[in-house]
Amino acid sequence: MSSNPFQKRREEIFNLKALRERRSITTMPDAIPIQQKTTICPKCHHALTLDELEENLHVCRCGYHFPIGSHYRLQLTMDPGTIREIGKSVKPFDWLHFPGYPEKLKAQRKKSGSTEGVSTVRGKIGGYSVVVAAMDTRFFMGSMGSAVGERITQAIELAERKKWPLIIFCASGGARMQEGIISLMQMAKTSAAMERLSRKGILSVMVLTHPTTGGVTASFAMLGDITLAEPGALIGFAGPRVIEQTIGEKLPEGFQRSEFQMEHGFVDQIVPRGDMRKTLIQLLRLHARS
Amino acid sequence: MSDQTTSKPSVRDLETRINHLDKRIQDIGDPITPAEVIQLRQFKRDRQELLRLCGHPTPADRVYLARHAGRPSVVDYVDHLFTDFFEQRGDRLFREDPSIYGGIAMFDEHPVTVIGTRKGKNLQENLACHFGMPCPEGYRKARRLMRQAEKFKRPIITFVDTAGAYPGQEAEENGQGEAIARNLAEMSHLRVPIIAVFTGEGGSGGALALGVANRLIMLENAIYSILSPEGFASILWKDASRSDEACSVMKLTAQDLYHLKVADEIVKEPLGGAHRDPDAVYHDLRRAIRENLRALSHLSGTELANRRMAKFRAYGVVDPKNSKNIES
Ligand SMILES: [Zn+2]
Repeated sequence: MSSNPFQKRREEIFNLKALRERRSITTMPDAIPIQQKTTICPKCHHALTLDELEENLHVCRCGYHFPIGSHYRLQLTMDPGTIREIGKSVKPFDWLHFPGYPEKLKAQRKKSGSTEGVSTVRGKIGGYSVVVAAMDTRFFMGSMGSAVGERITQAIELAERKKWPLIIFCASGGARMQEGIISLMQMAKTSAAMERLSRKGILSVMVLTHPTTGGVTASFAMLGDITLAEPGALIGFAGPRVIEQTIGEKLPEGFQRSEFQMEHGFVDQIVPRGDMRKTLIQLLRLHARS
Repeated sequence: MSDQTTSKPSVRDLETRINHLDKRIQDIGDPITPAEVIQLRQFKRDRQELLRLCGHPTPADRVYLARHAGRPSVVDYVDHLFTDFFEQRGDRLFREDPSIYGGIAMFDEHPVTVIGTRKGKNLQENLACHFGMPCPEGYRKARRLMRQAEKFKRPIITFVDTAGAYPGQEAEENGQGEAIARNLAEMSHLRVPIIAVFTGEGGSGGALALGVANRLIMLENAIYSILSPEGFASILWKDASRSDEACSVMKLTAQDLYHLKVADEIVKEPLGGAHRDPDAVYHDLRRAIRENLRALSHLSGTELANRRMAKFRAYGVVDPKNSKNIES
């Protein structure tokens, strides 16, 4: 990349920022891809190149954690060469014959390059055998339809059979509305599986990433032995907009964020992305069976 | 399934006209003149006809009926279906939430635990119980009562009529998600029979938190859905006014849910809805609960838990014969 077009791009970005401020838009989406090669941090408005992002695990120097896809997440976390997908054969289904759902699924698959909102794998972390699920908000907002619920449940059941610790990276915008009640039932299905795993004495670690909301929060995400969160993640059952409509006032700054949830007793520790693998290895070591 | 002739008046409109007639019938009272006798006879015939038109409600009609303020509440069901009710309050952690009503009672001379979501009968009651939307402490109270039921080997009967869990600031601070999740997890494993009765609105995770049952009975006009039709329309189509359309595509009626194997049994309601003849509903519901309890009574605790878990394990598992539904 030559410096001249880059300079021009920066100016454009700068203008855009000024424009935004003039329009006094206070809320911004999590990532604004101005162009393929640069992204603006929604927190500090700094423009980051793709190289910079990759180098810092998609974390801005201000500490903002950009949402990342499930495959990248698994690569960051697991021992190289040990990852084996287990849930890929589980596919979504149009239970309600919902108008336009099959087409929408196809478009999501194309856009995200994923087959559903979660990837489930087995493999190793620091030499310890584990089952890992990583949710992906790029696919249908990580909403929990039957395929997400089924993949998660199968992952929990594999951990139970193998007696391997279970780690789930949660990220979800809520229910898959096009699957209606079947989507809701996934909450009960995954929760029952988590309870069975727990009664077998097997470790489960939930990592809450931005955003973890709706049905996922009211099911497996809150049922781990250890609950970690990435900094600044939105974690809650009801969305902030719904709550604001209910109470008729603005919510305080930081409401439902990771730090807030830790203060209110629902998160053990907040772990920056760069320390996540190290922390997970520590937890696996502390729970290793001799 | 639903007949949707556009010319057919909505149950809401029919009800307004019935109420109007009722008032005029009341005004006449005991007819004296022959003209009054004739008029009264005509009014009563019109009323019958209007009620008849309430048959075959559309999904939107059923949503209207499910939310009807005159519908029996959990307090009414406890009064009429059970004896010797002892109310239990509080979650033993934080406080009492009146939007969950529960305790111990006799059903057919056997002790049972009864728990239900409560909507108020007036504004003051409704403010106290958030219009029937429980807080985390309510779900934790329900869990406490369910654990006790297991301890004393009492069957559990839940009554669900809620728009959902309360989406308030404090409710979130106190862990609405955690409270619901814990109920789902523990309820799935309980070693006593659980029967859930959906009597009105069954909204989202807030309803499911009392709905992980061996048998799910729905009243004919009850609904059960992932969120309200209004919320659905505004999220999916950015247009809350399309909620009638949402009612149809969401598959939220008792009949839809029976076909999706979520509801196990439907209890019929009188023409025009449960509020037109609550005694008939109590009678039929009593019979349905009795039969379902009897069917579960011979199962061991382990079998009860296993069958309940197997029931929920099956939701969303694709039949390989059907798997071409989305792949083109
Ligand atoms: Zn930044």
